[in-house]
This record gives sequence, structure tokens and C-alpha cells, in this order.
Amino acid sequence: MSEQDVDLERFSLQEREVAQALARVNVRDVDYADIYFESTISEAVSMEEGIVKRAVKSISQGAGVRATAGEKTGFAYSDELSRRDLESAADTARYIANSPQGETPVGISVTPCPAKTQNLYPLDPSNADVPTHERVDLLTLIDQEARRYDPRITKVMASVNTESKTMMVATTEGLRVGDVQPLSRLQVTCIAEDGHNRQVGTFGGGGRVGFSFYHEEERARSYAREAARQAILNLEAVDAPAGIMPVVLGSGWPGILLHEAIGHGLEADFNRKKTSAFSHLLGQRVASEECTIVDDGTLPFRRGSLNIDDEGTPTTRTVLIERGILHGYITDRLNARLMGIPLTGNGRREDFRSVVLPRMTNTFMLAGTSDPADIIRSVKKGLYAVSFGGGQVDITNGKFVFSASEAYLIEDGKVTKPVKGATLIGNGPDILKRVSMVGHDLQLDSGVGTCGKEGQSVPVGVGLPTIRIDEITVGGTSA
Amino acid sequence: METSSEAFTTLAATLIDRVKSRGATEADVLVAEGDSVSVQVRLASVDCLSKAREKSLGLRVFFGKRSASASTSDFSNESLDRLVADTCELAKAVAEDETSGLPDAAAMATDVPDLDLCDPTTLTVDQEIHLAQRAEQAAMNVDARITNSDGADCSSAHGAVVLANTHGFVGRYRSSRFSLSVAPVAEGSNGQSMQRDSWYTVSRKYRELESPESIGEIAASRTLRRLGARKVGTQRVPVIFDPETAESLLGHLSSAISGYSLYKSASFLLGQLGKPIAPEYVHVEDNALLPGKLGSRPFDAEGLPTRQTMVVENGRLVSYLLDTYSGRKLGMASTGNAARSVGDSPSVSPTNFFFHPGTLSPDEIIRSVKQGLLVTELIGFGVNLVTGDYSRGASGFWIENGELAYPVEEVTIAGNLKRMFQDVESIGNDLVFRGKLASPTLKIREMTVAGQ
Repeated sequence: MSEQDVDLERFSLQEREVAQALARVNVRDVDYADIYFESTISEAVSMEEGIVKRAVKSISQGAGVRATAGEKTGFAYSDELSRRDLESAADTARYIANSPQGETPVGISVTPCPAKTQNLYPLDPSNADVPTHERVDLLTLIDQEARRYDPRITKVMASVNTESKTMMVATTEGLRVGDVQPLSRLQVTCIAEDGHNRQVGTFGGGGRVGFSFYHEEERARSYAREAARQAILNLEAVDAPAGIMPVVLGSGWPGILLHEAIGHGLEADFNRKKTSAFSHLLGQRVASEECTIVDDGTLPFRRGSLNIDDEGTPTTRTVLIERGILHGYITDRLNARLMGIPLTGNGRREDFRSVVLPRMTNTFMLAGTSDPADIIRSVKKGLYAVSFGGGQVDITNGKFVFSASEAYLIEDGKVTKPVKGATLIGNGPDILKRVSMVGHDLQLDSGVGTCGKEGQSVPVGVGLPTIRIDEITVGGTSA
Repeated sequence: METSSEAFTTLAATLIDRVKSRGATEADVLVAEGDSVSVQVRLASVDCLSKAREKSLGLRVFFGKRSASASTSDFSNESLDRLVADTCELAKAVAEDETSGLPDAAAMATDVPDLDLCDPTTLTVDQEIHLAQRAEQAAMNVDARITNSDGADCSSAHGAVVLANTHGFVGRYRSSRFSLSVAPVAEGSNGQSMQRDSWYTVSRKYRELESPESIGEIAASRTLRRLGARKVGTQRVPVIFDPETAESLLGHLSSAISGYSLYKSASFLLGQLGKPIAPEYVHVEDNALLPGKLGSRPFDAEGLPTRQTMVVENGRLVSYLLDTYSGRKLGMASTGNAARSVGDSPSVSPTNFFFHPGTLSPDEIIRSVKQGLLVTELIGFGVNLVTGDYSRGASGFWIENGELAYPVEEVTIAGNLKRMFQDVESIGNDLVFRGKLASPTLKIREMTVAGQ
């Protein structure tokens, strides 16, 4: 299905009803209003102790009505899609405008959908929704593969989550545009035991893909082996070091550094409010010459990609940092308008219950020229971190953390012992100035990232080539 | 809402009949509805206001030892027909699980105590705007260095849940929640980084909210005291967690003693039941029955009676937190801690979960430290519940000779949770319930602080 195929009929509504609700909200002081219609079906199947014992299906639908007037946003949502519910939501949304009730509404002219710009996740419908027993078979395969990896793997937990979100936006500017957004994720967790030593390893992947993705290139098996490998490796991990040292980040998922250290700080809302540590740094050096960082929502089948954002704007590739210089912010309509800067197609919301915020899509650093092996060889004593758990940032003072789940000591230019997980902490506007080498091996993550902001979760991607950071604080126990 | 509660009870009964007629051996239905009004004010004007009303229904069915769950927010007949059909079909696709099933019929809650969880007061949008403005204004008035604001939020919400199952259990209750918070931003002098902090009040009762002015003033002082923060050298020192950060340690403890973590061997407290996990002056309680508290509930998400459970007594781990499924896995009875999102099978969560207070004041605890760190904020997710390995970003204050010397940021604190609980050296007398988890000030004998 392509985006044009979504129309109001999908939500059992007619243009007249939607136009009436929009007219009701579009009083004089309102700059812009929209209604976001959503219908999401999701299914989660999970396995533990070798059997698939949990299957959950959920259906959620509703509409969110939003009006903006200056810096103000009025918002209401309803899980009923009747004309009456839309009108009542519209009455709430327009409450922010300084217009008395009954003010003559501004007329709206409806323009047809814009021409299709991109179709980043064309799915064969037969591949979009598969019978539950196929999911069960996949999880069983994973369980066997992980246990085969090593007899010390004692527990295997795996789950597959698939979702199909149909959304449509109707705006006071006459836009009517929709999209069908598939999303899928496979996650494996293994526990390894050796005497009293018990360790965990996790791995997963996915994207805006169909179910066959996990069978292609033996992905499901490789996720199982990878989770098992990490758990076994951790059985031998020694205490992580503590203090400032050079750190080499492996390619791919360690790109979470960019997401936390600079990505959030470049979201337009914080900069409009001047509460970001990056608020006054546009055009200034915030990274070394080696670093060019983009946010790109247009990569086919990627977890963070979207044909259009949740305001109907086609997603784009936005250069955030170009050769170390802070180049731009990522925006939604409200913040782009208030700041007078370009619209980048980053207006996103978790669902119809949430307001739109500027959010990242896929955020990554472009490849450099160094050989990854040379980067490791350049470090006398430091840390090589290849896999991470979550991260977090304090937008205002710029301090960020991200926690390694697989890391090794580097001693005399060689990767030696694995170390226990440790949190790395730094200052966003400074850390990338210390990136002295960038590898030629850019990789994107496998497709498991979820970003939280103001209580809303949205799927995102990250990517990184191997890089060397000359100094960062590593929070181990071994002082 | 009382009327819809009754309508939902009837709806639940109808659905149970329908799945039974399709051959389901057991089933339960959970219906939740709620409405909320929230506003965000920033620099005195309205930034965002939102109003919502929503409902959802979850159905769980058992065909012998196979089970599945489904949920919908669409209560039309057509949608509910599909829900019944889908759930029954899903259940047939999963494996038999010997442990599955509803609780024993005899164990179901027989009365629903009134825990005073609902204050029917409704706030208008204008009232909320005014409360948020007052809180923000109070913060801005404290000091000229408070130059900006990340906004003040006020919200009120009312909800109701109905749970019914094939044992004939039907329970329902209503609840409310009011909150007010403000996040001022302070500008430091000559190159100090900008700082933001916040403070809040939250309660089931509107009249129990603290005054907007006191929230604003506390938020401002929390923000101002961070200005000029710096790193400290890497070293092993005593670490004091203030009540807000100590609460997160209770969160880790409750996860580690959840039946689900234990039967999956995914807990650093595996095999510790009956053993000392902390010094003998440490007591931790889970109590669902405290009137009016945020973690209270009159029955759990399976319809079992809720209760008071001592979890750690004289330093010994004396109880896990269990629902029926995880309890059966471990050969134990449920502790009435089942929780669930509407469309899912139950999991375990604490109710009101707290350390019993000690005798020392926070000041006395700080005075007991020659060199050390008082932690007032933690960021990041560097906690491994399987091994207990702990490493998180921290900010707070450096303590020198029993006095707060200067603010600290961009450091990590690291250790192992198992050891950290053994190393609880003192517990403050400052227990205040600000959420489901509540802790007084806590001093840990020694952790690694990594900075410069």
C-alpha cells in the first residue's frame, strides 16, 4: 500500500465532517490547526523456557486535534471518531486562541494530496501480516540456535513485535495526506551461567520491514548467536576502569553517542526556548574537522525513517554538523515558523494521544578515512566500546551519558580483556571536539532504537563509523 | 463516570459469556477509562493545554493451558466481535504452559476496601493555568539569575477500572491524581554552564498539593545551587543519596525481587530469600493499603486482595513480590502484586514501596562524611539487574569535613547493587511519600566516583 491509498474512508469519515471540525477550530487567532487520525494494530509474541507462551494483540485508534496560535498549542484527543467527538476536541484545541466562541471561522480551501514523494517501505501485503504460528516457529528457531552456541546458555528469551500504523493528517492549509507505517522488531536475551557467575547478553534488529526480513541473510540466527556470544563473553569480564581516558567507539549502535551528546540538543524546541546547551552555538565549532553529522529520515526500510512526518511534511536529510561546524536544527512546523528556519520533516508524535515535537529520525556521522585497525592501534591505554545500552542527556547543561554493554581494554594498541558494563559521561558541546580519528566503516544500527522525550517514545536509528575520542570519563569501579 | 463504570461491568460480563461460549475455560476482562486536563505554562503564557478522555478494554482468555490477550480502544460491537475472535485464535497458536491460569477461585478478593483514592474535584483549564503561573512566577522571583524557564505543568486526571473474571469476581474502583511542577533555568556568570532543575507536588487529593509558591521556591533553589558545578577527581568515597535519588535504588530492589526476574534467573538477588542482604537496621515494606497514597490499590490486577508485605526485615530478604504466575513458577503464593497494562498478561509491580525511616537527620548524615559525594540527580541506564553492576551519571555536591563544599557534575558513581545494599551505613529520618516509591536519605559506605 502506498501513502495515497490512505483516505478518510479508512477512518469511516467524510471530508465534510473533517472540514467542519477544522473550520470550528480555525478561529481568527489560530495560525494553524490539524487533525491527526491514527489506527494501529500491533501483535507481540514472546518466548521463554523454550516455549511461546505469550501472545498479545492490540488495536488502537483515535484522533488528535491541535491548534497553534503564536507559541501556544491547544490539543485534545479522542478515541471516538464521530463528528461530535471531533467537534468537541476542536472546541478544546481552540481554547488557546483569544477569540470568543462563535467567531466567524476562516474558510479553508482543500487542496488534493501532494504528489507522492517517496515510498521508503513498500511492503508486499502478504509479508506484512503473517500467521501467528510463523512467529512461533521463528522464536523456536532462535531458542535452538542460542542454546547450540554454548552449553552455558541457560535461559533464552525472545520476542517479536510487529505493528502497522495507518495515519492521516488533515490541516487548515488544506493538506490531506496519509501513510501506512509498518514497524517490526525482534529481540533476543540470553543468560549464561558458569557456577555462581551469571551474565546477560542481548541483541536484536528490525525496521520498517516485513516478516521475511528475519529469515533473509540468516538474521534471526545471527541475532540469537550474537546475544549468546555477549552473555558468554561477559562471564570473563573484568572490572571496568574509572577515570578519563581515550575511548574507541566501534561502528554502528555506538552512534547513540551522537543521539545523546548532540542530537537532542539540536531539536528546535529547546533552542527556541533557549534552554539547550547549544542555543547560542549556531555557526560555531562544536566538533572536530573530522565530524559531519546528519539526521536522515529517508533511508529505505530503516526503523527511524518515515515517508512523511506526523504533520504530513516529507522527511529529509538534514546536516546538523558539517566538518565540525554547527549547521542547523531539526524542526517541526511550530518551531520552524517561530524561529524562521527551514522545515526539516522532523515533527513526530508517539500516537494520536501525544502532541507533535521535533524528534530525530536516523542520526549518524559520515564515514572518514581512517582504517579502524589503525584507530585501535593508536591507543596506548584506553577502552574499546562496541555495544551500548541506553543513554540520557541533560539538555540544559549538556551533560550526557551512555552505557557500554560490551567493551574491552586497549593495551599498547591491542584489544585485550572484556570489561563489565560502564557508563561514559561527557559534555555535549565539547565531546566531539575530541574526536581525532574517524573510520571509513560507517554502519547503521540493526534497528532497535527507541527514543524517549517528554514521555513519548518514537522509533529511531543511529549510526557511526569507528571513531577515536581522545578523552572521556569512563565510569567503572576500578579506580 | 459512575454510570459508565456500571456499563463497563455489564460489558465485561457479556464478553466473558461470549468467550465461554467459544470454548474458553477461563477468562478475565479489564476495562479502564480516564479523563485528564493538563496545561503547560512557560514565561507566564500558555505553552500547551490538552484535554483527553479515553478508554480501553483488555481481554485475556485461556483454553486449557493456552492463553492470549488482546485489547482495543474501539468499543463498537463490530470491534468487540473481532476482539473475541482474534483472542481465541491467538490462544490456539501458542504453546501449552502448565503454569498458566487464573488464580484459585478461593483466593479472589471478596471485598473491595475503600482506600480513599479518588478526589472528585475537577479543575478547569483556567484554574490549572493559574496554578502553573503562580508556581513559575514564584520561581522566577527568587533570584535574578533565574533568567528562563522550561515551563510549569499542572494536570489533573480521574480514572476508573473494572476487572471481572470467570470465577465470578467483579471489582471496580476510581482514582484521581493531581500534580504541579516547575522547571526554572538559571544562567551562571563567566562561563558557568546554564542549569535547569525542577520540583513538583503530586497527590491523589487536590487539597493535599503543596502550594504553588513553595514548589516554585524549592525549584529555584534546587536550580541555583547547581551553578558553578565542577568535576571531581576519580576516587572511592562514601556516597549519600538524597530521597529523590535513593528512590531509584528501591526501584532496582523491587525489580530484582519480582517473581518474573527470579524465575528467569535474571536477578542479582537470586537465591537470597531468607538471607541478610543489608544491615539489620534496614527494613523495606510494600503496602497497598495505605489510604490515599499513590501506590495503593484495593485489589490487584488479577483480582486478588492486596496487603502489607514486609520485604526486608532486620536486613533479611523475607519476601519476593509475586503474582499468581511467577509465584507458581517459584512454588509460592501470590503476594497480591499483579499489575498489568490493559491488553497484556499480568506482571509484578510494587505498590507503596519504602524504606522504614531511621533516626538521623539528613544534616547529621552529611556531617558524618569527611570527604564524599551527596548525589541529587542520576542519569542514564547503567544498571545490570542480572549481575547488580551499577554505573550511572551523577550530579550533586562535594562534601568536605561534613559540609557541602561545592556543586559537582559530569561524574559517574559505580559499584554493585548487592554490595551497595550491604553497605547502607545510615538511613535518614526524612521519609516523605512523593510517589509509589519512597526513601529517606541513604548513605552508602563507599562507591567509585569517576571524574577527572
